[in-house]
Amino acid sequence: MITSIRSTVRLGSPLQLEALRESIVQKNDPSKCVIVICAGTGCLAAGAADVIRAFKEELKSKNLEDRVDVKETGCPGFCERGPLVVLRPRNIFYQQVTPQDIPEIIAESVIQDKIIDRLLFCDPRDNRTIIHEEEVPFYEKQTRIILGNNEEVDPTSIEDYIAIGGYSSLAKVLFEMTPQEVIDEIKRSKLRGRGGGGFPTGVKWDTCRNAHGSTKYIICNADEGDPGAFMDRAILEGNPHSVLEGMIIGAYAVGSNEGYFYVRNEYPLAVENARIAVERAEELGLLGDDILGSDFSFHVKINRGGGAFVCGESTSLMASLEGKVGEPRAKYIHTVERGLWDCPSTLNNVETWANVPIILKNGADWYCDIGTEESKGTKIFSLVGKINNTGLVEVPMGTRLEDIIFNIGGGIPNGKMFKAVQTGGPSGGCIPSSMLHLPVDFDELGKVGSMMGSGGMIVMDEDTCMVDVAKYFVNFLEGESCGKCVPCREGLKRMGQILAAITEGRGRETDIITLERLSVVLKEGALCALGQTAANPVMSTLQYFRDEYEVHIKEKRCPAGVCRALIRYEIITDKCVGCGLCVKACPSEAIVSMGKKEPVVMDESKCIKCGACFDVCRMDAVDKE
Amino acid sequence: MLTLTIDGKEIGAHEGMTVLEAARSVGIQIPTLCHHEALTSYGACRLCSVEVTQRGRTKLVVSCLFPVAQGLEVQTNSARVRNLRSGILELLLARCPGSEELQSLATTLGIKQGEFGFAQDSGKCILCGLCVRACQEIAEKSVLSFAGRGIDRRVATPFYKPSDDCITCRACAFICPTRAIRFEGGKLMLPD
Repeated sequence: MITSIRSTVRLGSPLQLEALRESIVQKNDPSKCVIVICAGTGCLAAGAADVIRAFKEELKSKNLEDRVDVKETGCPGFCERGPLVVLRPRNIFYQQVTPQDIPEIIAESVIQDKIIDRLLFCDPRDNRTIIHEEEVPFYEKQTRIILGNNEEVDPTSIEDYIAIGGYSSLAKVLFEMTPQEVIDEIKRSKLRGRGGGGFPTGVKWDTCRNAHGSTKYIICNADEGDPGAFMDRAILEGNPHSVLEGMIIGAYAVGSNEGYFYVRNEYPLAVENARIAVERAEELGLLGDDILGSDFSFHVKINRGGGAFVCGESTSLMASLEGKVGEPRAKYIHTVERGLWDCPSTLNNVETWANVPIILKNGADWYCDIGTEESKGTKIFSLVGKINNTGLVEVPMGTRLEDIIFNIGGGIPNGKMFKAVQTGGPSGGCIPSSMLHLPVDFDELGKVGSMMGSGGMIVMDEDTCMVDVAKYFVNFLEGESCGKCVPCREGLKRMGQILAAITEGRGRETDIITLERLSVVLKEGALCALGQTAANPVMSTLQYFRDEYEVHIKEKRCPAGVCRALIRYEIITDKCVGCGLCVKACPSEAIVSMGKKEPVVMDESKCIKCGACFDVCRMDAVDKE
Repeated sequence: MLTLTIDGKEIGAHEGMTVLEAARSVGIQIPTLCHHEALTSYGACRLCSVEVTQRGRTKLVVSCLFPVAQGLEVQTNSARVRNLRSGILELLLARCPGSEELQSLATTLGIKQGEFGFAQDSGKCILCGLCVRACQEIAEKSVLSFAGRGIDRRVATPFYKPSDDCITCRACAFICPTRAIRFEGGKLMLPD
């Protein structure tokens, strides 16, 4: 596709949209070489901006600008290997590309058709190099109905989106379906909210449509804040029109003429790409008054979040949109009846909205073929932590944890053992290796004390201390609690104190019972989902890794060797050759040299347990226990 | 007029009433800290939590906000409710161990202080927000509001400075259940 085509003619009917699509596709020469570069935040952080610049300069200097296109796309998901470059039409996949590689790529793989082996992906399991993108195991085993489009479009080009059939679902909905038929189709697809709750989207829309009030609002929740989760960022950055199209369809279904994007301010690229998408869709008459010549109008504004994690909770988000402090309120009257400015409001997450046009394009039956009985479609997970292939993974609901972690994720680095995976963000539970066969869907994860959440997946290896993990998440949530209700504000503070005491060797035998009782107070008493689920990391680690808590409390020992106050370092005199590396590395002068070839001596009272000696010793003469 | 059951007793109530109002109208006591009949319900202390059963599903809700409904069954003193209340009070007592109001509530509810073994702080303010709402809704001045997040939350005037908008009506001090907010020599003294 040629991104330089810029259409500004307002589309007055579905026929004109189709005519525009055909003209874009016709102008596209399928045999022309296109260099596709991921310009998502992950690859940009890995240096993609320099790679893009280098490609453009090299093409200019070789007078190849007319023969070769450069396309900057959103994130295809394989962040571990960024910056990523794909050479179309041959689909040659180069990874970890640097600006120095560019002249060679142009000379060898663009002008000629040679492959540069060095830049290919090499499967660490069998050392096989892979040439084509679609054959990379990381991609091969996924079902990328949402993320797959990220590579097809330049997110700033509405023409790219239209070329792949974008806005055709909207045209179909506006001219061939009644709002009720749209709702029924979404209900039949069994689409459930991807933000974490898993509430049936069609039911939500139906309630909102039937709620009293002439003004109704559509909201896209893009306040993704879970540590290690970035699927919504990738969608909004990479394919903002798909989200926008979903919102316009939702607006038509519930009878709304006004909507908001609530985007995390820490996602500047997502804010920018959403802004461009709104602007371009308005120019082409796909958004605004009388969309595509119909009598339906819908306007969208973009609101940047204020930096509070709790604003991802629907009532807090709406308070924040109203200009108030982002704090939750009781939802005894649902937001679909009284939400933003007390008007009926439909709030869905980015990924949920992105699913909508795809469902209407392919039909609910097609969608229902993907996934499990009660959880349909795919889910994008952000696979992070101790995993070989860090990135975004899209799989059908019901895919087993072990398939995600080992087959797609490539397993644990450095030959370490898998210990646990935390799903669902900071309020999710830690699932042990005995449950790796678990199919991942909304209901199964709930049964084992975790949750789907928005799709975060943090993998932990044998070097992880589970008490320390629980402490980390409790501290995170303590800092993000708004402080309105007593269980969350005071309960998390006390949990944090108890967990700190346990990891510092001051744990008491009654602490486990107190943690369990506090967990119940939070779960049953807290005002919003943040507090109600905040105890999950504690409860699940107590359930599956209770022995670790007990060892910390009773034996004052940290089996994983993480909790600094409980570690001891010792010099094994038999092994020490007196090289003095540790003496130089020790920042607190706790190790003294006793002369050449004589074992060093450690003064434990000076040791700050930083582990520098352990790391530098080549003789394994430092013992850590 | 609709009917609901509270602790096995059938009660008539009007649409729009809360469970707390319905219970109190027939003399059933539910403990509260952040609620006052003259002010908007806030639902922050969670002490008035009760167990409700609706369409076969049972859950804990705060009675100061939960609306009555035909056929609703309410338990104001089940084991689950008592457990939650004692946990909440224990947390508040650890924050404000010297508070007479909290201590007498604990005695009434039969809660032994210190069961959780928390470290004891020395605060006075329980952040119920009655003062904030009284200033907003009764005095209509909004001199007081909450500042800070989570455990750092405080009742504050703008920038913690004396406010010219304060008409020294003392509604905030009057309504404060723990006497954390006071007037000294006609000057508003914020909780520590």
